Amino acid sequence: MSFLEYAPAPESRAILSLRDRYGLFIDGEFVDGRGTPFQTISPSSEERIAEIANANEADVSDAVAAARRAYDRSWSRMSGRDRGKYLFRIARLVQERARELAVAESLDNGKPIKESRDVDVPLVAAWFFYYAGWADKLDHAGLGANPRSLGVAAQVIPWNFPLLMLAWKIAPALAAGNTVVLKPAETTPITALIFAEILQQADLPPGVVNIITGAGDTGATLVAHEGVDKVAFTGSTAVGRAIAKQIAGTDKKATLELGGKAANIVFDDAPIDQAIEGIVNGIFFNQGHVCCAGSRLLVQENIHDEVVERLKLRLSTLRLGDPLDKNTDIGAINSKEQLERIRELSDIGVAEGADRWSVPCEIPENGFWYAPTIFTNVQTSSRIAREEIFGPVLSVLTFRTPAEAIAKANNTPYGLSAGIWTDKGSRILAVADQLRAGVIWANTFNRFDPSSPFGGYKESGYGREGGRHGLAAYLSPAPIGQAALSRPSTRGAVETADGAAAPKARRAVRSATRSAKAATKGSKR
Amino acid sequence: MSRLAVPKTYKLYIGGAFPRSESGRTYEVVSASGAFLANAAKASRKDARDAVVAARGAVGGWGGATAYNRGQVLYRIAELLEGRRAQFVAEIEEAEGVTRAVATAQVDESIDRWIWYAGWADKFAQVAGNANPVAGPYFNISVPEPTGVVAIIAPQDTSLLGFVSAVAPALVAGNSVVVVASERFPLSAISLAEVLATSDVPKGVVNVLTGSPAEIAPWLASHSDVNAIDLVGAGDLDWISLEVDAADTLKRVLRPESGPDAAAPALGRISAFTETKTVWHTKSLR
Repeated sequence: MSFLEYAPAPESRAILSLRDRYGLFIDGEFVDGRGTPFQTISPSSEERIAEIANANEADVSDAVAAARRAYDRSWSRMSGRDRGKYLFRIARLVQERARELAVAESLDNGKPIKESRDVDVPLVAAWFFYYAGWADKLDHAGLGANPRSLGVAAQVIPWNFPLLMLAWKIAPALAAGNTVVLKPAETTPITALIFAEILQQADLPPGVVNIITGAGDTGATLVAHEGVDKVAFTGSTAVGRAIAKQIAGTDKKATLELGGKAANIVFDDAPIDQAIEGIVNGIFFNQGHVCCAGSRLLVQENIHDEVVERLKLRLSTLRLGDPLDKNTDIGAINSKEQLERIRELSDIGVAEGADRWSVPCEIPENGFWYAPTIFTNVQTSSRIAREEIFGPVLSVLTFRTPAEAIAKANNTPYGLSAGIWTDKGSRILAVADQLRAGVIWANTFNRFDPSSPFGGYKESGYGREGGRHGLAAYLSPAPIGQAALSRPSTRGAVETADGAAAPKARRAVRSATRSAKAATKGSKR
Repeated sequence: MSRLAVPKTYKLYIGGAFPRSESGRTYEVVSASGAFLANAAKASRKDARDAVVAARGAVGGWGGATAYNRGQVLYRIAELLEGRRAQFVAEIEEAEGVTRAVATAQVDESIDRWIWYAGWADKFAQVAGNANPVAGPYFNISVPEPTGVVAIIAPQDTSLLGFVSAVAPALVAGNSVVVVASERFPLSAISLAEVLATSDVPKGVVNVLTGSPAEIAPWLASHSDVNAIDLVGAGDLDWISLEVDAADTLKRVLRPESGPDAAAPALGRISAFTETKTVWHTKSLR
């Protein structure tokens, strides 16, 4: 037995109490969908997990109507303090059911349990805990006094971090006083539906959060619905572009977190052991299903051979297999479609002249798998250097000078993230200044925190999630001249920093402005 | 004996120079009473593209300048505008057919807005940025950076104030701009370009096009090297189509505004054309 062989150590599935069929979560209850239901499977075994309801147009309308009712009748009238308490409750419930959520996530998504257990789910709890505290402090969100919530938020999330993306979307929306209709990805709905049970345990008022399952057309119907005030989407740039077109000319606000092709720049004075770990984490974390993955390694020419050799050695120690095994490093590719896309782009890389090297490892018989792969001799014009592969595939390019590294790093329509590895602090700051990307990791990679804004430049989308900036994305400033006005009497008495205003209250405020203006004019005359 | 006046040829302002439209086209600008004032240049698609090239070339220098320096340059614009108040007042009186008092108020407010925005240059990052208390041994900071090249359809109902109100905030963070001036009142925009050309504003940072916004705006909205578009003055155009065009390259878009409060001074007009960059760095004693 070599040091790489371990006995299987699977996390028990006994902690799960999954239903055989899941409905849509609308107005606080599970209801049947009116579209054709679909099955969600485990990508590591292709075994069926549960039947999932499919929301059609009428279901989407019901969900939006429920969110609107909840906004008008309860959530926008509630004090920020109480909204915050609900969010704290949710954070605690997530912590209490953390292991169950981690197992469900790894089962449905295919990611290793050590990631769902140690990264995804703890961050979900942290996200709710962080934004809970914001709910009664909205005056400090950066938009001036008395910012307003937007109304009903339509949120469409991807399959790579199913529950974490849900938290990124729902926590700031609720803290700011909005209500939500969220659509999880078709291949990973399970944790969102367990989350719906958590909302029932938290006794969140019905309709404040509605979770509807379905495919891309359900998401498109939701985004296009006229009852929606805010759209938040994480996913591909192509879909983001379609959403931006769809909402043109409307009053809808949008946050778009789209694709990336991040450069991970390694200078020759980098702390090489950490850099190797960082490169591996940058592109092989979550099977490379990460929009901010460090998929383009830019390594200084004089250390290229050493870095590639050490990378191959390190990758050879990674364990690919059962996502529920505690020793697994690389889990399953999320779906057959995604696996085909990874294969197709990799084959194109070979056809375009790059050298492919894959970890020689055993691939399980069932499920969707792709061995960690490195491409060397990659041209900047090659598709594997330009397009997001969204899989465990690293393209290695070289540079000689910092200026060349910066030029190559910025040579992409994307601008989500980047990495810099060097021991020279002044160079880190100078290079970070020049990189056109929203998140820059220096001597680290793929770190996330609820207090830290995340989002892209250029075609990686707009708006930020996380931190004060992520809160502001769900608020608008008080109308001009309204910041200091007293609030409508429908508000809670303790309320001092609430962004919400029911439409009726808004109208009252507006007519108050008009009469105030008229009064001023009159006095001038 | 009365002196025969010397009229000015109004041209475009691109890359720090004052070229005529490459198309050779002009259009007649008349006063409120219908009298001939000037033949303004009628910018073409090629002029718009040239302006974008000039703006892109200027982004690095302007965005990379210190905030203190940008603040001083913006303040310098106000200084020079103050010295030429009479010229602008007369130009506005004639073009808009308003009283001297109204024209003066417009010029004075324009000057004051340059000053207001000049003062933001070295403070904006402190207000919009953030030190983030992440749960780990990391230094983490968020700072606003310029979006890049911003196209602006200036408010159409004033000569100077709307133009200044839209351009100044975009410059604060370090963007360069391509502005389509008011079609009906384009002359003050070109006169302002003369001020900009002598105010230490690097060439290419502000580029001014006159002519038909309906004709020029679609080329800017669909241009791949434009990062953002301010449609503040596009209310009478088919601005929804412009927003759809802008979505192809995921441009940041500000929608039309109307009335006297259009493009009112606001921090939001600065932040609309910035990107938040968050930098993480490990902390360690080793």
